[in-house]
Amino acid sequence: MTAPRSDTPVPRTLARKLHEIRSDYPMGSRILGRLLLGLVLLWASSVLIFCGIEALPGDFATTYLGQAATPQAVANIRAELGLDQPMLTRYLAWAGGILHGDFGTSWASGQVIADQLWHRLGNSMLLAGCAAVIAVPLAVSLGLLAVLYRDRWPDKLINLVSLAAVSLPEFFVAYLLILWLVVQHPVAAFPATVYDSMSIWEKLHTIALPVATLVLVVIAHMMRMTRAAILSLLSSAYMETATLKGLGALRIIVRHALPNALAPIINVVALNLAYLIVGVVVVEVVFVYPGMGQYMVDAVTVRDLPVVQGCGLVFAGIYILLNMAADILSIFVNPRLRHPR
Amino acid sequence: MKIQMSASTKTPETADGLNRRSFLGTALAAGTVAGTSGLWLPGSARAAETPTRGGTMKLGLDGGQTTDTLDPGTYAGSTMFAAAFTWGDRLVTTDPVSGEALPMLATSWEPSDGAKTWRFKIRQDVSFHDGTPFTVADAAQTLRRHSDKDSKSAALGLLADITKIEEDGKDLVITLSNGNADLPLLFSDYHLQIQKNGGMDDPNSAVGTGPYKLESFEPGVRIAFSKNKNDWNEERGFVDSVEILVMNDNTARIAALSSGKVHFINSLDPKTMKLLKRAPNVETISTKGKGFYSFLMMGDMAPFDNNDLRMALKLSIDRQAMLDQILGGYGSLGNDYPVNEAYALAPTGIEQRAYDPEEAAHYYKKSGHSGPIELRTANAAFTGAVDAAVLFQQNAKACGIDLQIKREPDDGYWSNVWNKKAFCASYWGGRPTQDIRYTTTQLSTSTWNDTHFKSPEFDAMLMQARAETDQEVRRDLYQKMAVLVRDTSGLILPVFNNYLNARSKKLMGWVDDLGNDLSNGQVASRCWLSA
Repeated sequence: MTAPRSDTPVPRTLARKLHEIRSDYPMGSRILGRLLLGLVLLWASSVLIFCGIEALPGDFATTYLGQAATPQAVANIRAELGLDQPMLTRYLAWAGGILHGDFGTSWASGQVIADQLWHRLGNSMLLAGCAAVIAVPLAVSLGLLAVLYRDRWPDKLINLVSLAAVSLPEFFVAYLLILWLVVQHPVAAFPATVYDSMSIWEKLHTIALPVATLVLVVIAHMMRMTRAAILSLLSSAYMETATLKGLGALRIIVRHALPNALAPIINVVALNLAYLIVGVVVVEVVFVYPGMGQYMVDAVTVRDLPVVQGCGLVFAGIYILLNMAADILSIFVNPRLRHPR
Repeated sequence: MKIQMSASTKTPETADGLNRRSFLGTALAAGTVAGTSGLWLPGSARAAETPTRGGTMKLGLDGGQTTDTLDPGTYAGSTMFAAAFTWGDRLVTTDPVSGEALPMLATSWEPSDGAKTWRFKIRQDVSFHDGTPFTVADAAQTLRRHSDKDSKSAALGLLADITKIEEDGKDLVITLSNGNADLPLLFSDYHLQIQKNGGMDDPNSAVGTGPYKLESFEPGVRIAFSKNKNDWNEERGFVDSVEILVMNDNTARIAALSSGKVHFINSLDPKTMKLLKRAPNVETISTKGKGFYSFLMMGDMAPFDNNDLRMALKLSIDRQAMLDQILGGYGSLGNDYPVNEAYALAPTGIEQRAYDPEEAAHYYKKSGHSGPIELRTANAAFTGAVDAAVLFQQNAKACGIDLQIKREPDDGYWSNVWNKKAFCASYWGGRPTQDIRYTTTQLSTSTWNDTHFKSPEFDAMLMQARAETDQEVRRDLYQKMAVLVRDTSGLILPVFNNYLNARSKKLMGWVDDLGNDLSNGQVASRCWLSA
């Protein structure tokens, strides 16, 4: 990795300068690199979203006017919305607005998109946050437990239950929970519609069922990754040494195996967190939860493209952010990456 | 073709509003009650109940979207339809049983000059939710906003004939370019909620004179109302607060109702009606309406430019099977004209067209057509439209007609298939009057003439009937128009569908209203919660 140093002094080139910075601040430069990459990815996804939506069949003017679409009315609406401008002009206007936090206005309702978008995103974050707070520790400890009792009945039970939960489609899990906890034994709140005048405790009570559904859906993936990552370490030589030295199984797993297995676990947790925010529209619909997925789907059906684009970009941003966070965390938990030779 | 006159031996018609209305009332009450007795709550059972006041009424409705706005000119879908009648009042309302125009914010009206000029007396003791008194100016401004040439209101089409809206003292005077005997009924349209200064200042304010005040509006999520304590009408608005929760998922609505979290849900699938009947504490409601399911043949496109072929197809559909299997029996048979007895002055005694493979084969042979006929369908056309097309295919096969079904995507069905392709499945909801029904879909110049039915004879009768104030002459014209459409147009109308809703047993005072779904939008206004 290290470039051979020449004895004769040469003018410092930019590449060399960069190299020195990198070896002086290994962590900082890695993280900076990831951040820059994230920005490039975000820009690329904004282009993809914009072009993808341009390529979609159908047109807002004809969809909005529906049965009343005369050519003149369609032309009027297209002119009013600036759809007659060239694509590049529209992209620059849109992207420029977003840099100032302005997502434009909805074509269908004429409302400012940003207000509604952040409001919905807040709702989605609340749901995802609650699910994550329960699911992540639960999954990791269940994974540890499964390793501790591997191939014995607790391991098999944990595997069976979590696999069953992940095998059922999420809407089916949702309907089962509604059937048991709302219709047959009315203990849970339904529908999970939250609104501004509710206190935080009321909100938490209201969203209990969708949170439970999401926990059941995401837990298996994380649990099995934890189990597999630790199991693969247990066969390595230093584990054997630890066992021979007489350390207890729990201590070996928690103190010596888990830190080394953290990188893959963090990655799978990040993926699941991203799913919890961007992929739960079905659960939102079933529980009548005003989240962001529902907002985007509504906009798609009426071809309200600024809203679709805004949602798409925010989703992409969240995805990139979470993956970047996972990368950076993986660097932090890996001593070899933290202290490169 | 004998014309039955159930209650028609009344005094000759004058242009006087009262006589006309009372006539309509009796004629229609006789017709509808006889036709649909099984579907109606006995009137006496309703009258015996005394409303209880108080409580929070929760309605779980579909058809709400995040793109909804409060401007009544934009309302579409069940959620905003129900909201409209919760906060607003119209100049005119309609009778749930007879469909006749009844006073609301207008106390009476009178036409003159061949129904070209109308004078409405305006109620004087009404205030808006914010306390300002309601005046004739508010009514005039509301109509001006919706009828303005550049208006984006969905009611613009209804009001297109209005040339002048004037305030004359405390009266409202409307002048039309063509006589229209149905004008008061047009003013009962749900887009025409009277707003303060007509909504000119803020179309989205939802400050009206209705039974409930708007408290909060989250589009596509929830709309909350509280009781309007200064309501001018004491016989409505019985609960303290109303919540409309948008629930677009069928199963979620049913779960919410059967667990008692909401008191009322709409838009049930006929397949679930029977299951829901078993649930304790729940009552299903099937209300006769004006909407229908149909198959549309374009009368000017090959091969449907041949009336023998059109007739063959009309005879080759088993309407009873369609009613039983697609609608689960929750509807009534159609007779290939778009009007049923839920409309005022509906035709009577026209022979019911039935499934007749022999006759169909005869007409098919006569048409000289051979080869497969393509029928386009999608479930967007109506609930069960794909199944209905397959059923039609089987029926037609028995008549020697080869129907080929082309399934289209739901998305874009209304812009790419309906009103564009020669043969497709479709539906229509009700319209307030026969005149509007025919003007929308059968008048040769209409852009929504989705069967391309072009008959100068029909157009002339439609115009004549519109301005005619003698109800007997009108009824006669409508009868002839129905027969003409039934026997020559491209409309195959096998069934009229009922509105399917369900309520908790706590929700009392439900009124079956043939005007439209959700007790003509007035479920929150008319119902109360038992203690």
